[in-house]
Parts: sequence; C-alpha cells; structure tokens
Amino acid sequence: MPDAILNAQGVTAGYVPDLPILKDITLAVRPSQITLIIGPNGAGKSTLIKAIAGLLPVSQGKITFHGRDITGIRTDQLTSTGIAYVPQTDNIFRSLTIRQNLDLALRRAGHRGDETLRNLFDQFPALARKQRDKAGTLSGGQRQFLAIAMALATEPKLILMDEPSAGLSPKAAEEVLQHARDLTAQGVSILLVEQNVKQAMRLADHCYILAEGRNQIDGPAADLRNNNVVGDIYLGNRRIGAA
Amino acid sequence: MIQNLIDGILTGSYLSLGAIGLTLVMHILRFANFSHAELLSLGAYAALVFDALFSRLAPVFATKLAPLSLTVSLILAIIASMVLTGLLALLIDRLVFKRVREKGEELSMVFASFGMALILRNVIGLIFGLSPELYSRDIAFAMVISQDPFILIKPDQVFVLIAALALMFILHLILSRTTFGYALRAVAENPSLAQVNGVNLHRTIMAVWLIGGGLAAVAGVFYGISHQLIPVMGRDLVLPIFAATIVGGIGSVYGAVLGGFIVGIAGNMALVVLPSGYTPSVPFLLILLVLMIRPHGLFGEART
Repeated sequence: MPDAILNAQGVTAGYVPDLPILKDITLAVRPSQITLIIGPNGAGKSTLIKAIAGLLPVSQGKITFHGRDITGIRTDQLTSTGIAYVPQTDNIFRSLTIRQNLDLALRRAGHRGDETLRNLFDQFPALARKQRDKAGTLSGGQRQFLAIAMALATEPKLILMDEPSAGLSPKAAEEVLQHARDLTAQGVSILLVEQNVKQAMRLADHCYILAEGRNQIDGPAADLRNNNVVGDIYLGNRRIGAA
Repeated sequence: MIQNLIDGILTGSYLSLGAIGLTLVMHILRFANFSHAELLSLGAYAALVFDALFSRLAPVFATKLAPLSLTVSLILAIIASMVLTGLLALLIDRLVFKRVREKGEELSMVFASFGMALILRNVIGLIFGLSPELYSRDIAFAMVISQDPFILIKPDQVFVLIAALALMFILHLILSRTTFGYALRAVAENPSLAQVNGVNLHRTIMAVWLIGGGLAAVAGVFYGISHQLIPVMGRDLVLPIFAATIVGGIGSVYGAVLGGFIVGIAGNMALVVLPSGYTPSVPFLLILLVLMIRPHGLFGEART
C-alpha cells in the first residue's frame, strides 16, 4: 500500500478552547485515492476537515502533508502546500463572475494560468459558456462544479471536500461524486466528507467512521460496505426497531 | 431646481468617495467606524500643509491653473495627503482598532471609533485653530452655464466632479479587472472563503485602510475646495457618509457611489421645498425609506 500523503495523528480540536469536538483522531490519506469520512450528525466530520484546513485550532496532535508539519497552518497558505478545500456551502463568490472566481483561484498558477483555465473549461464546459455571468446565478450543481474548478485551479495534490452533494438533486449529486472519482485518475487525492453514504462508499477507496468526535472503525470501503455491523449501524441497512 | 440638482451632484461626488472607504471597513471589519469622517478632515488639513510646503519649496508650483483657483502644488498636495491619510488610517487601526478587535466585542469597536473621532477632531482644532481655512483666497467666479434656467457653476466644482468620477472609474477598473480587486471583493463577501482561496486577510485589511484613507483624504480636500476647512467638518459629514453607505448597501462599493449621489442630490433638492434647517434630516429619511423597501440597501446582500 502506498505511503500516505496526509497524516493526522491524535488530533484534538474544537471551536472553543477546552471544549474539543475531535478527540484523538487518527487518519491517513493515500495518493490518488478517495478517503471517505462518514458518521452520524455531530460526529466531527466537517470539524476534522476544518482543523486540517487551519480554520480551527488544534489543541493536541499533529497533521503532516508529504512529511511537512501543517498543524495549525494559516488557511491562506493552504493552497501553496498543495491542498485545496471545498467548503460545504458558500463555496463560491456570488458577486464575482465565474471567470473572476476562477481568476482569483488561478493567481498562484502564474504564467500557466491560461493553460490551466483552458483545461478547466474543457472539464466543465457549462462554466465556460457562462463565464461572464455572476456566480450567484448558477444552479446548485453548477456551483459545486465551480467550487471544484476553483480548487483544481490551484493545481492541488489533495482536495478536502465537505459534503459536495449536499442540497443537490440525485442526478447532480451523482455527477459531482463521479467527478471526484475521475479526479483521482489525474493523480489528485480526495478527502471526502459525505452524508450520501451509500453512493460515496461505492466510489471511495478507504473509509473512516467517526462518532462523538472519535475514530470508530476504518478500512477499505469495499470491506466496510459488506460488513453487516457497519451496514446495520451506519448505512441504514436495517431500520431501528425492525425485527 | 436644476441648480440644486447640479449642487447635489457635486456634493454627491465627495460623499461617494468618503462612503467607499467606510463601506469596505464596515463590511470587512464588521464595525460602524464613526471616526471615518475625521479621516476626511485629516486629509483636508494635511493637503493644506503640503500645499503650503510645496509652494514654499518650489514657488513655480504656486501658479494657478486658470480658470481654476487651484494650483499645481495643491494637486501634488492631494496626492501626498492621500498617502499620508492612508498610512494614518492604517496606524490608527494598528494602535487602536486592531487591539480592540482582538479583545473586544463589536460594540467596543463602535465606542472606540467614537473616541477616536473626538480625539482626531480636537487634535485638528488644537493644531489649526477653530477659524475656517481656505485652499485659495482668490475669488473664484462662477460661470453662467445657462440664463434660463439660471445655472451657475465654478470651474473648481467642475474639476472636483471630473476628478471624483475619474477616481471612481479607476477604482472600478481595479475592482473589476485585477485579481487584487477580485481579492478585495472576495474578502468583502466571504472572508473565510477568500482565505481558503489563498487571499491574505491581513494584507487585504491593510489595503482597505490605505484605499479608504486615501479616498477619504481626496473627499476632504474636495469638500474644502467646495466649501471651507473647519475642524468640525468630520462631524458635519459623518451622517451623510453613513447614510450613503447604508442606502447603497454595506459592502458594496458601487452602492456607496450611488448612495453618495442620492444623499447629495436629495439634500440639495430638499432645499427647494424645506427651510435649510431641516435638510440635515434628509439622510435619516432616506435611510428609513430605503431600509423599509430593501433591508440590505440598494446593492447590499445578506451576509454569508
């Protein structure tokens, strides 16, 4: 198994001091794979992604990316390390045009910006057609694609995705998640938080299950998908109270 | 009535410049900065000092640019004052607002800005005295634009309007054509997401103070050219500038420009039907009217 590119070791973090949401979390993301984090509401899935992105203080533990300590990294320096973050909601600038959103994200690409932009428009033709429109006029699915395109504009090695299918129609959710899968073929790793568990489990390589801010189970997604206990408790294969 | 409309447009030109900085600070730093209007006074008096200095150092700069009553040295003084006021705005943030921001609540920031306004106003009064000052003691004759209706306008006022519109156009180009402008707008809309996209929040805040202070300085000088310089000019301008910001929608630069012109025109047009003593109430009425119809102002949006 290839070495992990992102490692979180014993991470404890939260929104306010002395009230940790995450307790001693350990996680590894391997290259060109989708690593899925699932768990009930309040498990700390989004909190973990925010802690990795430097949006929340980490009180204990260590996060490394390609061996470099990025614990408590300044969020604006995240993209320069090769990590992009796609938040769950409000992940585009509505008042800017689609092109301006991408240009903002492309700043770091420098002279390669035009080529990168062409590649992005090839991947997302709908965005190319509407590039002069305000991003606020896009549909939910198109907004997610723009957010993913903005992440890709920074030429990341790892994308942190927080529930990209939230609020989307089943068709749009399928398209967004499939696109995440396709990105791994380009050498991009994905750390994915999803509520759309069954769909995400089919696409993921490795899965972590969190509950109450702690690691519960982890393993290859295919194994966990066929694990009866996991299926009953976390994938809703058996309804509570059913015989 | 057309004369009032023209006067209103002229008033709107410097109110808009003042409101641009205020709207950015209010939106990005999330506090009502009541000391912003004092930056107009600071800029106006700084230009007065630079003007005298440049005229002494190079008397050739004291030549009038006919038909204007302005001199080359005043034009240079405006540029120097923009830089100085921008830096002073930054210094005030570092010494006062940043410390309160890190420790206090939004309300503490508002009270700090009230205190800062009083300090700045009184320091200016202490240094320059309470008597009005003028950039030029020459009598500037107004030109008759039209006999029927009778319309008068001074060449200096035309300069003020053109220069203000030119500055707004330059700012528009920066905001709509440069990645720095996109970053500024991105921070105004969603600071966390801007950081996620690699925008340095700290540097952007510095840029906001520099731009806001610089534009406030120009607005103060243009007010001084149109009227006169008095240490309490900030007190007189704070309400119209706040009204322009709120009417336009907090956070919207274009809203601040439109709001400035609306407040300027409404205040001057009110003189047609109201005694001059009632015109200070016009900005309040405008705020109420606009917020009843559009709670976030004309161009404002609900915060992310």
